[in-house]
Amino acid sequence: MKRARIGAIVFLIAISVVCLLADFVAPSSYARQFRDAPDAAPSRQHLLGTDDLGRDRFSRLLYGTRVSLLLAPGAALLSCLLAAVIGGTAGFVGGWLERFVMGATDLFLSLPWLFLLITVRALLPLNIAPLTSVIITFALLGCLGWAASARVICTDTRSISDSGFILLARASGSGGCRLLWRHIFPNLRPVLFAQFWISIPVFILTEANLGILGLGVAEPLPSWGSLLRELESFSASFDQPWRFAALALFIIVVSCFHLALQKQELPA
Amino acid sequence: MSRLVKHAARILIILLLGGFCGATLVRLAPGFGVDEEELDSRLNQESIQALRQSHARHESLGGFYIHYLGRLIKGDLGTSRSLQQPVTQLLAQRFPETLKSVGFGLALGWTLGLALAIASALSRNWFVDLFSSVLAGALLCMPAAVLALLFVIARAPGRLVLGLIVFPKIFRYARNLLIRSVAMPHVLTARAKGAGGFRTLLWHILPVTAPQLLALAGVSVSMAFAASIPVEALCDLPGIGQLAWKAALGRDMELLVNLTLIVTGVTLLANSAADLLGSPSRMGES
Repeated sequence: MKRARIGAIVFLIAISVVCLLADFVAPSSYARQFRDAPDAAPSRQHLLGTDDLGRDRFSRLLYGTRVSLLLAPGAALLSCLLAAVIGGTAGFVGGWLERFVMGATDLFLSLPWLFLLITVRALLPLNIAPLTSVIITFALLGCLGWAASARVICTDTRSISDSGFILLARASGSGGCRLLWRHIFPNLRPVLFAQFWISIPVFILTEANLGILGLGVAEPLPSWGSLLRELESFSASFDQPWRFAALALFIIVVSCFHLALQKQELPA
Repeated sequence: MSRLVKHAARILIILLLGGFCGATLVRLAPGFGVDEEELDSRLNQESIQALRQSHARHESLGGFYIHYLGRLIKGDLGTSRSLQQPVTQLLAQRFPETLKSVGFGLALGWTLGLALAIASALSRNWFVDLFSSVLAGALLCMPAAVLALLFVIARAPGRLVLGLIVFPKIFRYARNLLIRSVAMPHVLTARAKGAGGFRTLLWHILPVTAPQLLALAGVSVSMAFAASIPVEALCDLPGIGQLAWKAALGRDMELLVNLTLIVTGVTLLANSAADLLGSPSRMGES
């Protein structure tokens, strides 16, 4: 199991490095069309063939993986920061603030995740520039995904606040902000890290769902959502297995996150 | 009894808060208060003015919320802008389809998940454990929309997808729970005294794990409803998931917010029922 975890982490690092270097590794730009070769089979020039619009599928896979692999951790970081601030403050202050925050998390957790996401997404413009759509999609994931983590952090902060060393620090004259910053947050680090790591595959899966439904990252910018959307037009694709490359890579990467996660769950 | 009242009050407060958030979203949505009727060339200036005044009455957020609640009490959920039909009528047409899909999905997911978890935890057969863990792991890594697309390509019934979305979560949680329960001293004693596998499961393991499994049952309702959006949209099942997707693409906030609120109400009810059933002794005490 330990070997599998190490393998998963190594694979994630390797794929992240390759995708970060997509500008140098990819044979062409994600938007470049080879109009004389639409829907082409794999060849030396196009390792995974081309899509219906003649764009190199391998290049799009690299760029799409980069978008999802860079921005899902970004969204996870945002949601963890929100959870740390909201849950940490509520757990530390206690009283009516804690009850209010717990009520708010109850509300957020009662709303089915995709219903909430598409409701807020619908409020924002749908016909927007690709880069704006990337920012909106992942910012939404980050801003709406804090509730479960905030609940965990609030409970942990409460138990840390009641512990002996905090009482001692209070008795030594430490104020609220100093207590939070110097004593409580450092002790919340393992929980925050676990919550961050748990959120990444959830956000990757959600972006894929939104992308396939046409509510995610806009064309021509690729993301896993838009790459998997290609499956929609495959009627007899089982004789063209290379078309499933994006799906295979997606499953491997998310599995690697789950495998690597098992170690992170232990300290929490 | 007081527990029941507390749960009912909690649901009501959350729904009121959710309603307020929903009303805020509808009120802030682009195009609010603009009526296509104003473009009708047959209307004179006075009629247009009257139309604008009827919208202006609910311009403040508070006023709009009170108006919205008033309508809600009367059972009027408004009219869908994109489909030009009353929301209650759309719900009446589509909710049974979703209930059928979600019910079937939950039944399939739970049957498969619990059966494999029991087989995996009790049989101690490495092949069964490996097979079910790999199957659950693979399905856990697959977006609901991709599964739905694969089922469309394979021309398989879309409702099965909901079961496959719920299954891995049930399997993983139940398996870990059962493995922990199997190692409990009272279970080991029962086994040492010669109790069979089925008897041990029924009398010694399931009663201990029932509250957690019931809590998971409540949560799985929310999972199934959330997954109904991509499944119904892509498999062309005419339920509220498909309706929510169409409303999102058409930016029909009135419809979308009401759908979200209703689904939230259903999941809250399911969670509360699971919570109450999971701790009947405490309920009896109170």
